[in-house]
Amino acid sequence: MPSLDDLRKRITSVKSTQKITKAMKMVAAAKLRKAQENAEKGRPYSEKMNNVILNLSKSITDKENAPKLLVGTGEEKVHLCIVLTADRGLCGGFNTNIIKKAKSYFEKIISENKTLKIITVGSKGYDQLKRQYKSYIVENISFKESKNINYFDADKVGKIIIEKFEKNEFDVCAIFYNKFKNVITQIPQEQQIVPLNEDKNDKDDSSNDNDYEFEPDEDEILSNLLPKNISTQIFKAMLENSASEQGSRMTAMDNATRNAGELVDRLTIEYNRSRQAAITKELIEIISGAESL
Amino acid sequence: MSNLFNIDIVNPEQSFLSKDNVFEVVIPAVEGEIGILKDHIPIISFLKPGIIRVFSESEEQNFYVEDGIVEFKDNTLSVLTSSIFDLKDADKNFVSESITSAEAELSKDNIDDQKRFLLNHKVEVLKSIGIN
Repeated sequence: MPSLDDLRKRITSVKSTQKITKAMKMVAAAKLRKAQENAEKGRPYSEKMNNVILNLSKSITDKENAPKLLVGTGEEKVHLCIVLTADRGLCGGFNTNIIKKAKSYFEKIISENKTLKIITVGSKGYDQLKRQYKSYIVENISFKESKNINYFDADKVGKIIIEKFEKNEFDVCAIFYNKFKNVITQIPQEQQIVPLNEDKNDKDDSSNDNDYEFEPDEDEILSNLLPKNISTQIFKAMLENSASEQGSRMTAMDNATRNAGELVDRLTIEYNRSRQAAITKELIEIISGAESL
Repeated sequence: MSNLFNIDIVNPEQSFLSKDNVFEVVIPAVEGEIGILKDHIPIISFLKPGIIRVFSESEEQNFYVEDGIVEFKDNTLSVLTSSIFDLKDADKNFVSESITSAEAELSKDNIDDQKRFLLNHKVEVLKSIGIN
């Protein structure tokens, strides 16, 4: 049975924790709005980019000579995985969900006896993966210094990927991130960016009858466009990720605040009860003392 | 009959410009400038450093772009670019910095002809902005 003093101390400490989580929730909510806005603003670019590439790839008839970034190297031996996570913790299952998704993919690759290479973006992902997959991690990038997500950072990652591809260091490249659905739900995503997966876009065949004029020819445009597309996809993932991170943190902190509230209530009841018990005990002592006289 | 069409300029961060009352746009495509009017045939091309000129009924706007992709389809011109600014708000420091970095790049030996051409062109365009 904790003493009254202990209980009082615990109540104060839980209350101050609650204050912190509440403040973090507020901050996350404010940041979330901005991140969400940015994610929405960034969508037209990647959508248009996708459209253009789709139209281009349709018009390419000579699959043999098509750029390798589009059709792949013809092999599937070396997989490069880009795991995008946050730089900070205290955001619920946000980082863990991405890592879980990525790990199941890693296991599949390893069990198929293929080579695995990992690039982590964001320090939390690196922290969680280095224990188990240290030997596979080839690069670890973090943008802790940049305040906002900008295209420049995404482009850096994109350039690293292109450079590795040109050196034939991998055949297939996939990125892992959280897609922002709403504040409560974020869906961990696995997206293959090299070679480009076209089949899921098959439904909008309506634009097929458009015969484009290309200047210069298709191949040249494609080989110019595909590297940009990689950066764009990374950028999109980063935007989605940051919105998801803030959403996830907000929910987590909201829960924490509520739990702290419950804890305070429970502790207060316990405190009051034991205080009352002490008073009753003293009264009994006094009364029985007086009676015995 | 109206001879106007739509233009959308987007950069990765946001939609930069969206207008539905332009009658001519001149874009610096890789193989030379292209003037686009209404009902142009669908075209996809990419840009070299230069000036995009947008003529609408009331005004003329000029934008500097470094690279990008243009697509024209169904009377909508989409410009995707990662580096664009309005000539009116051109930042003198930024322009001169860009010139210096491009010139530094030019002085390296290991660049191919195409890159050299693009860089030369970039310097030229940037310098012409400085004069205005």
